[in-house]
Amino acid sequence: MRNIWTICRRELYAYFVSPIAWVLLAIFAVLSGYFTYIISYAFVRAQLESTMSGQSFPMNVNEQVMGPVFSNMGVVALFLIPLISMRLFAEEKRQGTIELLATSPVHDIEIVIGKWLSAVIMYGALLVVLLIDYSFLFLYGNPDWKPVATGFLGALLQGACLLAFGTFISTLTRNQIVAGAVGFALALVLWILNWTTSFGNSATVQVLNYLSIVSHMDSFTRGVIDTKDIVYYCSMIFLGLFLTARSLESSRWRA
Amino acid sequence: MIQVEGLTKRYARHVAVDNISFSVDKGDIVGFLGPNGAGKTTTMRILTCFMPPTEGKATVANFDVFEQPFEVKKHIGYLPEAPPVYPEMSVRDYLTFVARLKNLPSGDIRNRVEQVMERCAVADVAPKLIGKLSKGYRQRVGLAQAIIHNPDVLILDEPTSGLDPKQINETRELIKSLSGEHTIILSTHILPEVEAVCEKVIIINKGKVVATDSVENLKNRAGLGGATQVQIENTGDLDPVAVHQRLEQVAGVSKVLDRLTHGPRLVFEIENLQGQNARPDIARAIVHAGWNLIELKSSTMTLEEVFLELTGSHTAQPAPVAAGEVA
Repeated sequence: MRNIWTICRRELYAYFVSPIAWVLLAIFAVLSGYFTYIISYAFVRAQLESTMSGQSFPMNVNEQVMGPVFSNMGVVALFLIPLISMRLFAEEKRQGTIELLATSPVHDIEIVIGKWLSAVIMYGALLVVLLIDYSFLFLYGNPDWKPVATGFLGALLQGACLLAFGTFISTLTRNQIVAGAVGFALALVLWILNWTTSFGNSATVQVLNYLSIVSHMDSFTRGVIDTKDIVYYCSMIFLGLFLTARSLESSRWRA
Repeated sequence: MIQVEGLTKRYARHVAVDNISFSVDKGDIVGFLGPNGAGKTTTMRILTCFMPPTEGKATVANFDVFEQPFEVKKHIGYLPEAPPVYPEMSVRDYLTFVARLKNLPSGDIRNRVEQVMERCAVADVAPKLIGKLSKGYRQRVGLAQAIIHNPDVLILDEPTSGLDPKQINETRELIKSLSGEHTIILSTHILPEVEAVCEKVIIINKGKVVATDSVENLKNRAGLGGATQVQIENTGDLDPVAVHQRLEQVAGVSKVLDRLTHGPRLVFEIENLQGQNARPDIARAIVHAGWNLIELKSSTMTLEEVFLELTGSHTAQPAPVAAGEVA
């Protein structure tokens, strides 16, 4: 446990001492600020128009502002997640520091979990930026906090899941660009698997839809915590980390 | 302290380490000598549990590297060829991280970090980023990292490669000063380094151990049977042919070669008969003849020749300056 935290702390140090964390935070802050602003602007305008026209529609900040911002930022996160995870092992391999980790009295799995955890925390820091944007909606409006909370939980789980796979890909190469590109491709594939639903409802389509990482987000954004989705994310995280540990071990045999 | 038996590391297309065996006693400082690509790094990586061997057995501090890697890792400090440092960290933060990684008790970490920084002469750059340090400093940070948990065994892979002569000397002194507390294996392809630092040498070539001996023995093996170079002052009236003939008559001399037969100095290369040391007689003969002896030296005293002979790259020419890169 102590080892996991030691590794995790060093990784966080690396993120926040180097420009990586700040660049990602800046990108995320600009985009989330932009989306929150224009979507709430449109919302306020629509609300004004509806009251002025005399026929007031039911308006809901959760569904009409937070929901769309969330799904937009989900796409942004899709781009940023490979940038977070690509360096985890590729950089160690290139720098030769992997030799320090591999010859220290720590288990492979501790290294893997420590690194993945630091990436999740880094991703969590991005979500905090979004939370700051949302705090203004709470300040001037009266949204329901429950779907927001479950939405963040879902986003964190989804990110953790993609980061686990990104960590795995990072063990396969010593080139960060390759790790980033492949990680992005994989994230994209997991993302668009549910597009196959338009092909009907065969067993294959159902399986693909189940595997898709977004289809499990829906209930979270609606404020529902479904054990099915929790099981999906946890098992995907487990699979990703398991593959990472195996890959690390096998790279020793091949080294 | 270290026992290696029949260790083999095979890759798809070539054998990096081929059935090597050796042992190192506690407190020894052993040089692992061989040309580049001889299998030094591979052997060290196996000893440090970085990679498993294909065949054979190795134990460090009585723990098997394959069966109990976790225990082995607790007992070794390892400095790979490229120091495993994070450029974005400061020296102090980095060493603190390594101390934690090596499971030092939290209470001791602070003191221990200051101690090794003092020891390795990097205390003056403690708050600096490692990425901004010169190669010599970085190497010493790497060394500090290896000794931070006070390991029984230190494994250093080419600890002086890429340093300037001054830094090389400093690093060697540092390594020598560590030898009391630790058993040290250091690899190098530089012979004078072994002469300067080690007590024992393991010479390895193409994945095989070609010699294991003390530095003294190896030197003697080279020194006595070899050739002698003689320089005699020539004030103008010396006949090189006469000198040559006189030298050939000395007991124990098998052959005299002219190296320089005109100018202010005459130089001859004299080969001994097998197993004889003709040097005292040569000196006496020259002095008796009334010639001015300027220099008499063994032209194969260095480990270089032994090394070249053992690794099979020996040629008839005088010893090449293999140590050129060290200055």
